[in-house]
Amino acid sequence: MSILHVVNKSPYERNSLDTCAAYVKSGDAVLLIEDGVYAAIKAGAAAGKLAGLGEVCALAADLAARGIGEDKLADGVKVVDYAGFVDLVEATDKVQSWL
Amino acid sequence: MSETKKFMYVNRKAPYGTIYAWESLEVVLIGAAFEQDVSVAFIDDGVFQLTKDQDTKEAGMKNFSPTYSALGDYEIKKIYVEKESLEERGLSLDDLQHLTWEDEDEDYAEKDLIQLVTRAEMADILAGQDVLFNF
Repeated sequence: MSILHVVNKSPYERNSLDTCAAYVKSGDAVLLIEDGVYAAIKAGAAAGKLAGLGEVCALAADLAARGIGEDKLADGVKVVDYAGFVDLVEATDKVQSWL
Repeated sequence: MSETKKFMYVNRKAPYGTIYAWESLEVVLIGAAFEQDVSVAFIDDGVFQLTKDQDTKEAGMKNFSPTYSALGDYEIKKIYVEKESLEERGLSLDDLQHLTWEDEDEDYAEKDLIQLVTRAEMADILAGQDVLFNF
């Protein structure tokens, strides 16, 4: 039973990503949206928290809004659009939003 | 005429996840009309407010980041960005908008508006203010 973990808070302000990371199991996916996408900046201190989380995606619209170009993304982070968000929801059994 | 006070606006929130950043910018611009000695500080996630190339079309929100370039025209000459906050987030000064103000005492020479300061320096700057507005 796979879970899509959605993180929408900045890793520099809240512990949502830390808690999420502790709950991710094999076969799950992590989607960064809204301020959660700040975790995907390669040179940032939080990027290291993404390693070992399996499939990590970030929403394109929220990356663009925050001026985070593809060149700044941590390795392995997959950029998805809104349709990709829907695909992730469909591909997993349930969704856990770490609000 | 009352005495001029040192006002500082302290920004600690990322731009789009909450309304704080936008509200702060509006208050800064309104407050600029009162001819006080205004400084604006960006600490923690507040530094994300100043990043360049923000494009909110797909996200369906208003991109208010171009408005920061108006601060210089509103006689705001001191914008402080905390170095440690930038670095922790994988950013450098190059990732921020290049904001300037024109110094009328020097034939309208364009001067950099953003000053990169250390956390310790920011603490001293904070301590030297009369009034702090927190966002």
